[in-house]
Amino acid sequence: MGEAAALLIEPKKSALVEKVRELLPDGGNLNMCLACGACASGCPATGMEGMDPRKFLRLAALGQEEAIRSTPWVWLCTMCRRCVHACPMEVDIPQLVYHCRQSWPREERPKGILGSCEKALSTPGNSAMGASSEDFRFVVEDVLEEVRESQPGQENLQVSIDRQGAHYFLNQNSREPVTEPDEMVPLWKILSLVGADWTYGSVGWAAENYCMFLADDEAWETVVRNKAKAVDDLGCKVWLNTE
Amino acid sequence: MESIIRLYARWIREGKLPVNSDWNKDLGVTFTVQDPCQLVRKSLGDPVAEDLRFVVRSVVGEEHFIDMWPNKSNNYCCGGGGGFLQSGFTDHRREYGSLKLEQIRRTGADYCIAPCHNCHSQIHDLSEHSGDHFPVVHLWTLICLSLGMLGENEREYLGEDLKNVGL
Repeated sequence: MGEAAALLIEPKKSALVEKVRELLPDGGNLNMCLACGACASGCPATGMEGMDPRKFLRLAALGQEEAIRSTPWVWLCTMCRRCVHACPMEVDIPQLVYHCRQSWPREERPKGILGSCEKALSTPGNSAMGASSEDFRFVVEDVLEEVRESQPGQENLQVSIDRQGAHYFLNQNSREPVTEPDEMVPLWKILSLVGADWTYGSVGWAAENYCMFLADDEAWETVVRNKAKAVDDLGCKVWLNTE
Repeated sequence: MESIIRLYARWIREGKLPVNSDWNKDLGVTFTVQDPCQLVRKSLGDPVAEDLRFVVRSVVGEEHFIDMWPNKSNNYCCGGGGGFLQSGFTDHRREYGSLKLEQIRRTGADYCIAPCHNCHSQIHDLSEHSGDHFPVVHLWTLICLSLGMLGENEREYLGEDLKNVGL
């Protein structure tokens, strides 16, 4: 009986839910949930912290703002969008998760994500590991020299940084120059073999953007704009992802 | 914006990247591949998943590729996305990844190819932490292996079976 009684409670008005409703495409459809469970049945985060996508959405639809804002589950959902893919009504649960992340005071969001975003903002390369552009250049040139000297057939391997007018601006996850620089080499060889016209940039070179995961709109936009500007400033045509 | 995965596929089709799977004919090493959510479901869709499979099959051999299920746009996230790797919720992250680990185990493949940094870190951790110790590799490693130009120091993620191939 307890559960049935709970369902009779009038849905509360929630500013957060109203805001999300406004942001959804096609006029918003949080209320179009059929409660079918296709989302929860195919979600790897189902059951953790007593939550799943359907429960999360039902709580939102009933205006239970505090419940959806306070659960650490919003940091366990990866916003992978499989639930939306499976949903017959295309209810955008990940966007709701994103807005719930955003409702957390910035300093209370996970320190690792916050720190990675802060480092990206503080380096011209936007490196979440805090690598400077000077270090990036040094590592690239150092590894390149070693490959040329030690690997037969690779004596003329080329890597350019800040080369104006290259077709591709290749980004690079910070993990490689910082922790495993030799992992950059196979891709250089492939690009060389096919004759690709490419360059790295000393500005905006890092591929990752943790500010988005932090749900900090202003910060992630700053990072993306800095990277896009770096591509434009070099006159490159294509921003190339290594993945 | 472009993904290197689509370019690999184009360059192979154009003959600029003359990969083949001869190196694996006798070895018979089997591979499965992770469809990164960011690349497939969230941006370029099933066409890039097809490109990814075309590249993998070209490099390791059709008969040595085993797909996961479900896959492509319907694939499960590995648990490395959304900031999970940096969030400090390590136990939760591994619990989340247990579905992916089972999915990989069911293929019976020797290796998992992870063409995304987050996926690579997460699946590598799942493999090591579970004690399964299946190798998790980037696509560029296998492309260069196939082309006989993978250097000695570029084999960090290869298993013992492939550490010396082509050296």
